[in-house]
Amino acid sequence: MSASSGGLADEPHVALGTMPGPVEQAFLMSRYQFRDYLRAQRFILMLAIVGAILAILLALVGHYPPPALIANGNAFFGSLWVGGSEILIIFAGIIFGGDSIAGEFQNKTGYFLMGLPIKRWSVYAGKYLAAYAASLVTILVYFVVLVGAGLYFVGSGAITTGLLGSVGLAALYLAALLGTTFLFSSMFKQSLYGVIIVAVMFLFGFAIVVDLIEGLVGITPWFIITWANVVIAYPLTGVPAGAGELIRNVALLPTLAQGIAVMFGYFLFTTLGGLALFGREEFT
Amino acid sequence: MTRGYGRDPVGSPACDNVARAPHAFQLVVPSPRVPAVLTMPPSLEARQLTRRFGTFTALDHLTLKVEGTKCVGFLGPNGAGKTTTLKMFTDLIFPTEGEAFVNGISVQQDRRRALSSCGALIETPEIYGSLTPREALQLVGAVRGMSAADVRERTDRVLEQVKMTEWANQKVGRFSKGMKQRINIASTLLSDPDVVLLDEPSTGLDPRGVAEVRSIIRGLKGEGRLIFFSSHILSEVIDVCDEVILINRGKLLFYDTLANVNARLGSGATSVDAEFLRPIADADVARSIASLAGVTAWSRLDERRVTLTIQGGPEKRAEILQGVAGLGLGLVGFHESRSALEDVYLQEITTGES
Repeated sequence: MSASSGGLADEPHVALGTMPGPVEQAFLMSRYQFRDYLRAQRFILMLAIVGAILAILLALVGHYPPPALIANGNAFFGSLWVGGSEILIIFAGIIFGGDSIAGEFQNKTGYFLMGLPIKRWSVYAGKYLAAYAASLVTILVYFVVLVGAGLYFVGSGAITTGLLGSVGLAALYLAALLGTTFLFSSMFKQSLYGVIIVAVMFLFGFAIVVDLIEGLVGITPWFIITWANVVIAYPLTGVPAGAGELIRNVALLPTLAQGIAVMFGYFLFTTLGGLALFGREEFT
Repeated sequence: MTRGYGRDPVGSPACDNVARAPHAFQLVVPSPRVPAVLTMPPSLEARQLTRRFGTFTALDHLTLKVEGTKCVGFLGPNGAGKTTTLKMFTDLIFPTEGEAFVNGISVQQDRRRALSSCGALIETPEIYGSLTPREALQLVGAVRGMSAADVRERTDRVLEQVKMTEWANQKVGRFSKGMKQRINIASTLLSDPDVVLLDEPSTGLDPRGVAEVRSIIRGLKGEGRLIFFSSHILSEVIDVCDEVILINRGKLLFYDTLANVNARLGSGATSVDAEFLRPIADADVARSIASLAGVTAWSRLDERRVTLTIQGGPEKRAEILQGVAGLGLGLVGFHESRSALEDVYLQEITTGES
């Protein structure tokens, strides 16, 4: 049936304004969603988690300065940045992404947005971008404080190009993890389910699955994101010996390229999956 | 079977099975706010719109075309399929069969274009709690592509319309349900849309709010747009609508003008409640009130109120009112206990269910 089969003009009157394109609408959505995140208690909570982790780590380093840790920038950041950022990215995913889509149904905010002339993928993309930006802000707070601490404990040579590479990989991991949380969030109309699944899977579920696959099934768990995300450390620590090598059919560590490919694959396929689910979800 | 109470609304073979109001075929003169490029009036159309949830059919091949600048009430009891219909007009849920059109554009095929000149308020949406009404309306305006100046001007205007100006910069999260609903109404009107869909807009509002919403809708009617609003409150529909659609169990029962509904029953029997200052004895009712010309029956509501069945139209009612007042029994109230629409509503719902 053609759009104009009703016999009306092809271009009906748009009441006021000229509608922006779907991409522009996605960015508009992200701007307001980001503003909402910045003002919400969850942002304060995330900053509190960042503050707590920083306080514990830096207090320990300050009180018991381990010589190996403060010997050079790569060692310092290879430990504190890599370990801290990985856990913070998981928390950010849970806090900003866990209820992102499910919340639209549960809290009925979707009724406010979806009555507007906007494509569903624009809403999804806008929310994703906002969650990514809010997560990045909190992780950058952690990064900036850690850089200051690195300069204090290690000296002016603390900042290396490896650190920037590691930050880039962490940003990719964040994209993949948020893609996954959005996918889980799209599966349910109750926020809690998405949050619990993301928390369980990323905090310990995937680690258990990796061990089981490696130990019992005897294959490389390349399809598990936590197998791949160890590459965040590589720019700082160097690629470990044996990365990518098969030992009894199992590669315990990925190469840098494998890690990047898996994380990118997670981002791509979970985002496509989430978009497909959200596109078919109904506001019943 | 769909039918109108006025003259047969289906006037051409091409329109078989399409329920239209009688005057839908008349030339509709565009209102001053409709630009010259739009030669046709705003419209909503459902073609064989069907929605099933498992074995339950919420909407059953609804075919309907509403066209022109007017206010149409979408009536039906709870669970009749009103909200389901409106959700399909806004792409919140998808039809099992059929298609919904806004201004001739399929919502299912091109939701952006279809909803571009349509403001919709479905159920009671929540707005992000950390935003202020002004910011929420900015978001709506930006998505709709309104200029910053238009957004500012319209925001002030619609917030004034819904009496929320003084709350414009407070966070929505602190608002009551009624206040949020006012902001939702404001967001529906922000872009000055041609088609306004309202799903029980008075939900959550206090009596004053309900009256204000009705006043807003009456005001919108004068601005030349198509207002389509669902309700199960008959008095609300009578108060503001030009036409009425009745559905039940997912099926269209009738679509007609209120004037035709009233005309159909205007000469028949109506019920009037008469209230007196003091308790009134049965003997007084039987001797004086029931003997008035036009009063065919009476029954007691309580010791101070009786319901009179009156044969005749408004003139006869006026005559009887004068007669009862002249009896010196202390008449303090005299009003219709059921409207013509209520009679039709009950008759159609009962017939449909039996």
